[in-house]
Parts: sequence; C-alpha cells; structure tokens
Amino acid sequence: MLAVACFVAAGCGSGGGNQGQGQEPAQQTIQINGAGATFPFPIYSKWFDEYHKLHPNVQINYQSVGSGAGIRQLVNQTVFFGATDGPMTDEQLQGAPGKILHLPTVLGAVVPVYRIDKVDAQLKFSGRVLADIFLGKITRWNDPAIAKLNAGVTLPDTNITVVHRSDGSGTTYVWVDYLAKVSPEWKSKVGVGTSPSWPVGVGGKGNEGVSGLVTQSPGSIGYVELVYALQNKINHGQVQNAAGEFVTASIESVTAAAAATAATMPSDFRVSITNAEGPGAYPVSSFTWMLFYENPMDKTHAKTMVDFMRWALTDGQKFATELGYAPLPTAVVQLEMSALDTIAVK
Amino acid sequence: MRRPAKGRSGRAGDTGFRFATGAFALALVLIVAAIGFELVRQSMVSVRAFGLSFWRTSTWDPIAGEFGALPFIWGTLYSSILALVLATPVALGIAVFVSELCPGWLKQPLVFLTELLAAIPSIVYGLWGIFVLVPAVRSLQEATPEWLRQVPLFSGPPLGVGMLAAGLILAIMVIPFTSSVAREVLKSVPAAQREGAYALGATRFEAIRAALYFARTGIIGAVMLGFGRALGETMAVTMVIGNNPQVSASLFAPQYTMAAVIANEFTEAADELYLAALVEIGLVLFIVTLIVNSLSRLLIWSMAQPTRRRVAAVVVPAEESAA
Repeated sequence: MLAVACFVAAGCGSGGGNQGQGQEPAQQTIQINGAGATFPFPIYSKWFDEYHKLHPNVQINYQSVGSGAGIRQLVNQTVFFGATDGPMTDEQLQGAPGKILHLPTVLGAVVPVYRIDKVDAQLKFSGRVLADIFLGKITRWNDPAIAKLNAGVTLPDTNITVVHRSDGSGTTYVWVDYLAKVSPEWKSKVGVGTSPSWPVGVGGKGNEGVSGLVTQSPGSIGYVELVYALQNKINHGQVQNAAGEFVTASIESVTAAAAATAATMPSDFRVSITNAEGPGAYPVSSFTWMLFYENPMDKTHAKTMVDFMRWALTDGQKFATELGYAPLPTAVVQLEMSALDTIAVK
Repeated sequence: MRRPAKGRSGRAGDTGFRFATGAFALALVLIVAAIGFELVRQSMVSVRAFGLSFWRTSTWDPIAGEFGALPFIWGTLYSSILALVLATPVALGIAVFVSELCPGWLKQPLVFLTELLAAIPSIVYGLWGIFVLVPAVRSLQEATPEWLRQVPLFSGPPLGVGMLAAGLILAIMVIPFTSSVAREVLKSVPAAQREGAYALGATRFEAIRAALYFARTGIIGAVMLGFGRALGETMAVTMVIGNNPQVSASLFAPQYTMAAVIANEFTEAADELYLAALVEIGLVLFIVTLIVNSLSRLLIWSMAQPTRRRVAAVVVPAEESAA
C-alpha cells in the first residue's frame, strides 16, 4: 500500500517537469504543433527537419491524421496550424473562433492506375470516360469509349473492377472534384467531398490500400497520389486535359496547371485547379494548403511560423521536386508573401 | 501493506486494502458507464435527425448528409455469423482433441500454438489477408462453376475481397478464444460423468459426446464469446472486406461492417452530423457487444455452478450394469 503511494507521488512529481534542453537563456526552445493532411506529410517532414537544422531551437511537430481531423483540431485550437488537401468550406470557416488563412504550400496530382493482364502500354483516358467508369456505366475494358482513345491497344473483354479509397481523403477530394467538372452526371449524382457515396467499386484504406488492391486484382482501375505512384514505380495512365491533349502527370505538367491560375487567384487562395486550361496542364492537379489563424494567440509561435513559411515558399521549394511534388509558380509565391504579412505577429 | 497503526491491529490495513481494490473494480465499471454515456451524448444529433430510420436505410452519403446504417449492421452480422459457422467446428474439435484425445506430450505445445493465434495483432492478420488470403479466395471464386454462380449466395465477379475473405479471417481470429474457453469448460466436466459413461459400456466417442452434452451451456457460452470478438474486429476486416456499403446476400460481394466504417471515416468526418452518425454506429456496436458478451459470460458461469442439479443420465447403481 505504501509502495503504491510512493510510486504515484514520484510519477506526479516528474510529469510536470521542465522540457528545456540546456542552460541557454538566450535561445528558448519553441515547440509548435500542427496536424492535417497525409498527402504532403513527406515534404512537410523534410521541411521541418531542414528548418530545424537552420534554427536548432525550433521544433515543429506535425501529425498526419487527415485533412478533416486537422481542420477539427485547428478549430478546437488544440494545434497551432492545420493542413488540408481540400479547402475549408464557408460553413467550416464560419464555425472557427477566428479568421483562418489558407496558404498553398506545394502542388500534387492524382493519377489513374490500372492493372490489365497482357496490356503494358500506357492507356489514355478522357475525363468523361473516367467518370463513366467510376459511375459504373462503363463496365468492360473493351468498351468502345475506351477503345476509341487507345487505337493501337488490344483491350481484353474483362470486367472493370473499380478501386477507390475507403477512408475519407484529400486525394479523393481532388479526384471527384475533377470528375464533377467533366461529368455533369457525376456532379448531380455523387457530388464532391472527401467521402463520397461511390456508385460502384471496392474500397482500400490509404494510397497503399488502393495500390495494393489494384496491383493484385486483374482488370482493376484506381487512383493514387502522383508522389506515391512515382516512388513505388506504378504505371499510370494519361488523362485528357481541357485543351484536348493527353498529358502524363509530371512535375512540369502539374506546375503548368497552377501557372494559369495565378492571374485569377482569389485573395484567400481557395481555388480548385482541376481541369485547368492551358497547354501541357495535367488536369487532376491540386494545391495543398496550410491553415493559420490571422490573429493567433501565441505571437512567438506566429512569428516563427511566418518565418518558416517564407523559407518554405522560397528555399524550401527545391526539396519538393526531389520528393515528387511540384513547386509553386513564382506568381503564386509572391501573392502569398503579401498574405503572410497580414498574420499578427505582435 | 500494513500501515503502522498506533495500538491497533492490522485491521486498518485490511480495510484500506479492501477499499483500494474495491475502488479499482468500481473504476472499471465507471469507465464502461462513462464510455456509454459519452457515446449517447455525442450521437444525439444524429439520433434526433434520423430516429429509427437510421436502422432501416441503406444510403450512406456523407456529401448529401444522408446516413443509414443498415449495410453496416448487415455486414457485421453476416461476417460474424459466417465466422462462427466456420470457426465453431474447428475450435470445438481442437478443444475436444486437446482435452480428451491428445497424447500427453502434445498437449502443451498444441495449447501454446492455439493461444499464439490470439496474440497476433489484428493488423498483421489484415496484411496477411491482403497478400495471401485474398488471392487464394479469388482463385477459389474463379474456380466456381457457372451453374453455382447463378445462386445468389455465390454471385458476383471474382474480386477476392468480400464477405468470404472477411468471414475466413474472422474465423481464424476467433478460433483461439472459443477453443480455449471450450477446453476449460470441458475440463470442468466432473470425472463422474465420463466414468459413468464408460461404466455403461460407451465407446470413446460416446463418452466424449456425453461430456459435450453435459458442458453444452458452457460451450454455447464459448461460441458466443467468439461471436462477441468477431463483432468488434476492425483492422483485419476492413482490409479484406472490400468496404462497399451494400446489403448483399452473396459471399463474393464486397460489403462493410460497423467497426470498419468508423475506423475508415472518423478522421475525415468534418461536420457535426457526419460525426454523430459515426458515433451512433459506435453506440450500436457497443450495446450489441455488451449484450452478447454478458450473455456468454452468464452461460459460462452457469456451467460452473455446483449447486445446480444436473440430470445425471449416466450414473447408475453398480449392480444393474453388472447384471
């Protein structure tokens, strides 16, 4: 009985102890927490790591729990910043205790992946064809609509197994946002969101679940992040863009999709760049945003994060290409630098 | 630990000990009650919005804000019952073999290996399921003859993922629980039962049957315990079931369970109604699992009651059988 009491007392004593490293009165350790989207997690990890090397007293922690959870935690003020692949809706913004700013950080893309036995060629898809496949209207690979786009390829008469995400996801959001733009039927029947009610198909958990199911199931088609497809060397198809060209997703084609938007960028940066106009643009591209309060309570944290963002938007962009993300166009970066000035750091 | 009480016996220590352990026991009950309370509280929005139609509707559309839990309830019950059907014969077989037929040197290793199945984490089962079980089930589905495919139970394209894969993986996960409880239950059958059966001239198999009959309540309890376990299984199921919220009788169709939908969609559920709907599904799962587990415990305990008189069908006076 006494031993138990001793343990409890000892535990309580050390729990609330100081976290500071050494006896440096000049440099105080700044620890900032953020949470949000899983898609940009690799590049954010890299950035926080590199920034820590430049500023050893700054420790930024990021939990990749998903865009929705990140938004929730930011609104509840349990984290300092959030991250999301799909911009917050007006209702969500109104429900927040303060004004929230969206700041794009990098660009990503979503690619269609497929596995058809005896077909190794890179297939071409149009937006309408993809929408019809995911709606369940096109059910076999040798359907005339697909065959028309892929003249030189012999497509087998097998069932198309549609694979989608079972978990709510920003990747899904970008994909269905694109499908809604190219197919009025998709827009009215299913709509746009992170967890749509899929008309057909099986669900895999995460990018890895989808790619696992696709690689294992003959005759299947799914969608994954470009970064994921590149790093795991998965074959992906070409998608027809608004200009009528068939484009393979790559750093250049994704940046081209964003470049056109700089001229018409809304002041809150909440813009969808799927189905972008312009030559060479990959149609299923998207910004990913970090979310900050315009007037946060902790001014030290605010100053640090603003400094971090200025670094990430300039020097940090070179790490993006190494990891497969497309860097932001310069015009967008300039607009963001002025937006960063509005965050209250004093 | 005795407190040095002035001039008293260690009675203060005893009372203190009883109080402390009683507090721990009470704390556990309070935690369960608190979980239930919190589930009810968080799901009120959805309960008010949908009422009883939540249980009847099949649409699960987060974008439109329409939520119906029927596909998940169906999927959970179907997969759990399928797991029971597949696992019970195997688990009872293991229990009977280990307690009655097994040579002594084999008993401990066999018990150890069966318990080991229970120690494997659910997610590892899921990974094994994706890479080994699903392709195997897909080959099985492709080998199904065309005439059998016409039966609704076996209809649908050969995807591999689906109810059958989920049922198989749940069966494997449930076997160690059912078999270990059944083994304990069989051990508690009084020796008099078996001896009496042999005395009447029963064969080995008939004596085992008599023991099984005696232990039937406990065995039903063991089976229900496995059922309760299968109801709540999440990660292994969500990786092989296909995650498609549809109500389908086919073993080959991809379907969805309550635990799987909560695990998949909870982090991204941004608006209140969506969250409340998921919590309501959690509440349903909580209540169902509580009921099933309580019932199974009651059945197992009732077997252990020495006061209850059993119809001893085999105890006969010695002179009669000798005559």
